[in-house]
Amino acid sequence: MVLKSSFHFAFYLYFRSNSGSMKILKPVGEYFILMGRVISRPEKTKIYYKQVVSEIETLGINSIGIVIIMGAVITLQTRYNLENPLIPLYLIGLTARDTMLLEFSSTIVGLILAGKVGSNIASEIGHMRITEQIDALEIMGVNSASYLVLPKVIAAVIFNPILTLISMFVGVFGGWLASVATGALSSMDYIYGIQYWFVPFYITYSLVKTVVFAIIITTVPAYFGYYVKGGALEVGRASTKGVVTSSILILLFNVILTQLLLA
Amino acid sequence: MIRVEHVSKSFNNEQVLHDISVSFDEGKTNLIIGQSGSGKTVLVKCINGLHEVDEGSIYFHDRNLVTMSVKERQQLRREMGNLFQGGALFDSLTVEENIKFPLDMFSTLTTGEKKERVDFCLDRVHLPTAHKLYPAELSGGMQKRAAIARAIVQNPKYLFCDEPNSGLDPITAIVIDNLISDITHEFNMTTIINTHDMNSVMEIGEKVMFIYEGFKDWEGTKDDILDSTDKNLNEFVFASNLAKKIKEKL
Repeated sequence: MVLKSSFHFAFYLYFRSNSGSMKILKPVGEYFILMGRVISRPEKTKIYYKQVVSEIETLGINSIGIVIIMGAVITLQTRYNLENPLIPLYLIGLTARDTMLLEFSSTIVGLILAGKVGSNIASEIGHMRITEQIDALEIMGVNSASYLVLPKVIAAVIFNPILTLISMFVGVFGGWLASVATGALSSMDYIYGIQYWFVPFYITYSLVKTVVFAIIITTVPAYFGYYVKGGALEVGRASTKGVVTSSILILLFNVILTQLLLA
Repeated sequence: MIRVEHVSKSFNNEQVLHDISVSFDEGKTNLIIGQSGSGKTVLVKCINGLHEVDEGSIYFHDRNLVTMSVKERQQLRREMGNLFQGGALFDSLTVEENIKFPLDMFSTLTTGEKKERVDFCLDRVHLPTAHKLYPAELSGGMQKRAAIARAIVQNPKYLFCDEPNSGLDPITAIVIDNLISDITHEFNMTTIINTHDMNSVMEIGEKVMFIYEGFKDWEGTKDDILDSTDKNLNEFVFASNLAKKIKEKL
């Protein structure tokens, strides 16, 4: 509910500040033209393979820490909010599990990555644009859009689901650890709770969302960086726009995918 | 040889280039000179295909860039070397990796052959020990030389240089100018240099074209410049007090 309200508000602000249909349609058109270039056949697959491995390290492995911290915090919050004599203790485990599986591991981690990875991508590509490095690639005959963006998309599509699974595991495990350590509920209650009425499709649903979010997190900031004009100030603005727009799109697609997959 | 015929270009209804026709000779350093904002960079970017022209044709020998397909254009670009104003070396790669990049992308050379080629290019630009350095660790002049090495690594037929000595001291600027000139003659390239530095013009200007407010105003050699009666060219060439004093003494 909170997510939906914040989505409506953000979407309203976004469109209010960009009045006029051309201001909305032009970037959409440019984005899809860029994506057309991104998915074209690579010049040399071996080089792209190396790039993908490098991007997995930059965008994926370096984000594991932030995902683990988030999972533990979410579980502690859940435990404190559900501590009530009227609620069966095992429900704390069930709630922690479903919250992690349905929303936090995919959407919240997606939003965190949109901030961390999105700003990184927009500023990296934006800097390359203003220092003519993208022109240098083009003049060599390299499809710069594909060379710069495709490895990031592939790396995120491969590694973000792994981050989501790590987040799920750490979140649920962290909940058990916190519950047992503080004596709020027994280990048996918690384990019963996380096994109670388990729907395996929730994991599939979460992973499908993660893949869509991975595409948004990488391509939207890349678009803003790729078309930046000017200097350092404009690169900073492009980075902010990339993060804000990808966050809004994550919330929008969260609603759409939830409606399509769970309704 | 590159032939530009009746090229016009505008941005947002503001015309930057007006009906430019000029030819650039093979094996020579061809200079485009003019004030800042006169359209030099736009003309070079039209010639190397980074900007689309509104009207006109650009021939690389007999191949018209304007009517080429995307694939043909990419093929042609592999025959081009480009030296950008800021060097445009890739920050995340070492000098060696920067120079090897076009070879990795397009050549079928073995690792050993690539290394040999990189070593040759680095020797040629007098940077024999810079292999493992990153661009941020190089001085401005060294960055330009590394960028020249990258531009020539694929034996290009055409070399484009955008303000190659901007931001450099006069001595280093002359070193860079002479390096470009030597490489042009050595590899028989068609080199186009876009500059507003009169030292460069007098040092290496085998063919010079002067652009004024988007129009081709004058064409000749470096020796013709001093005798020219073209008002706009004279104002540009003899803008500084030093140049005026030199002219008075001639």
